[in-house]
Amino acid sequence: MSKPYNHTKATLALAKASFRSIMRSPSAVVFTLAFPLVFILVFGFLGGGGVKVDLAIAPGSDLENPIIKALEEISVVHIIKDKDAADIKTGLEKGHIDALIDVQKNPSGKPAYLADIKYTSASIDKGNILKSVVHNLMYTLNTKDVMPTVAQLNESTVQGRIYRTIDFILPGQLGFSLLSTGVFGTAFVFFNLRQTLVIKRFFATPVRKSSIVFGEGIARIGFALLGAVFIILLGHFFFHFTLINGAITVLNMLLLSIIGLIVFMGFGFVVSGVAKSESTIPPISNIITLPQFLLSGTFFSIDAFPTWLQPISRALPLTYLNDAMRKVAFEGAGLWDVKHQILIMVIWGIGIYAVAVKVFKWE
Amino acid sequence: MDKTNAIISVKNLVKKYEDFTAVQGISFDVYQNEIFGLLGPNGAGKTTTLEIIETLREKTSGEITVDGYSVDKEASKIKRIIGVQLQAAGYYPNLNLVELMELFSGLYGVDIKPMEMLEKVNLQDKAKAKYKALSGGQKQRFSIATTLINSPKIIFLDEPTTGLDPQARRNLWDLIIDIRNNGTTVVLTTHYMDEAEQLCDRVAFVERGEIIALDTPDNLIDQLISSGFERKKEVKKANLEDVFINLTGKEWREDN
Ligand SMILES: Nc1ncnc2c1ncn2[C@@H]1O[C@H](COP(=O)(O)OP(=O)(O)OP(=O)(O)O)[C@@H](O)[C@H]1O
Ligand SMILES: [Mg+2]
Repeated sequence: MSKPYNHTKATLALAKASFRSIMRSPSAVVFTLAFPLVFILVFGFLGGGGVKVDLAIAPGSDLENPIIKALEEISVVHIIKDKDAADIKTGLEKGHIDALIDVQKNPSGKPAYLADIKYTSASIDKGNILKSVVHNLMYTLNTKDVMPTVAQLNESTVQGRIYRTIDFILPGQLGFSLLSTGVFGTAFVFFNLRQTLVIKRFFATPVRKSSIVFGEGIARIGFALLGAVFIILLGHFFFHFTLINGAITVLNMLLLSIIGLIVFMGFGFVVSGVAKSESTIPPISNIITLPQFLLSGTFFSIDAFPTWLQPISRALPLTYLNDAMRKVAFEGAGLWDVKHQILIMVIWGIGIYAVAVKVFKWE
Repeated sequence: MDKTNAIISVKNLVKKYEDFTAVQGISFDVYQNEIFGLLGPNGAGKTTTLEIIETLREKTSGEITVDGYSVDKEASKIKRIIGVQLQAAGYYPNLNLVELMELFSGLYGVDIKPMEMLEKVNLQDKAKAKYKALSGGQKQRFSIATTLINSPKIIFLDEPTTGLDPQARRNLWDLIIDIRNNGTTVVLTTHYMDEAEQLCDRVAFVERGEIIALDTPDNLIDQLISSGFERKKEVKKANLEDVFINLTGKEWREDN
């Protein structure tokens, strides 16, 4: 035989064909782009200037102290004064007010002030934001404390980063977009290629099975990454989605996307193997995607769920992808900082591919 | 033709589907550069036999070599030197014919010009069409074009002319003869006896998984006549097919 058969060339030819096919398939584009974009637009506009944490000051609290002064300077925090105790109580219960602060001079002198903060389970998200703002604040105040002069402290106010709705929503939507393209896309493609005897015709060529899987995988990852870049940039430039370290952050998010997508494609392989007909693919895929859509912190922080639900949330791979994405984007974490999340996704990956190898069918 | 030069050799091929035996120990050789026909009723085992030779199905027992390669051990080498048209096959969705050709050239690891391949089967005008949008005959022609991509030594055509109009069928015969004249061995199945008679150097009749006759069409016809067979009715000098062809013209038509 003249020259040896080139498996890489075959894989790339398949990747190219598959990519073209995906780009022309309306459902792929809708699932990967349109769907998440709608949510991002809705929340982007709703979110407006970003999150405000409504912090009530308890009646009788000391007002002339560096803590309150500093909090007033932070744009995320909206201070509510002159409400009476009863109003504050119902506000907290209903989540109109996110937290209550009560600052008192310390009679024993050191530290100078004692601050009590009450959070509410009706508004855990914002409570968490406030928590980190306050922790930052305390740290700065205390390190500069030596000779507390009010003027000095005001100058040293913490520049709390603005945590906008988009900073929460976008990673969740990106994660869900990866989940649906991974599961639905892979399941439909392999089921249809098998059913329409496309794969049978491939088998009459020297191509290897692994080339078919890799070719499809490359195309899907390429497509999903294009979608991810689009979503991230749109969020960044139109809705001020925070990318702490700019391009590096985007790169880290894309790497996370690849890891997530590979895991989710594993589910797709399983679905294509167990589905008896084309019409059973959507329900089976929904069994996989919907719970994650609802429970993995796509729209709400999972801290807001009832405690009995939280362990379920914490078992799902999308939870960890979302979590890692948010840490990377907003907190500027590197991939090593989210190794715990990555590890759990990898464990899911190993498990799901073990199942896929068993149930996947070529003909 | 050099009759000692077998390019495909099938010995005692048996194929069982669970408890049903579809192929019951058949043996035959295909000679280099001939057009070999497998004939027989539906369910006789023609497709099964072809697909086992093409290394697409497992055999139950028997020995098969294709150009010296064993189907058991050297399937991937066999795949590189054969072209396959399946009785039922699909093509990658959402791609046009040129793009499909590019895909196959990658799968076979060869460099081809997609348009030249399409011209061979007169589909150059449909280059930008999707496979799904082709007529039945155009689909067949496209399938045959894909079998030629790797300049194979042998091509397998499973009912290539089923569903074609009489003219398209004749044009396909010309194409098949061309392919053979370029040095390729052709193995085909068909339900049209006139086609087998015109095209095939030798034919094997398969019934219920067994070969019941194997010879040149001429010899088989002569044997039948010498056994005293006569047609019931004197044939007219032309038949309805001649009428069809006379009325509808000879060339490939755009939309056939
Ligand atoms: N995958 C399969 N599982 C079980 N039985 C099968 C399978 N494929 C074919 N058969 C059976 O094997 C027999 C031979 O089938 P095959 O497709 O080889 O026939 P054929 O000669 O090509 O017929 P046709 O002219 O209709 O194409 C048939 O009885 C068929 O039902
Ligand atoms: Mg058949």
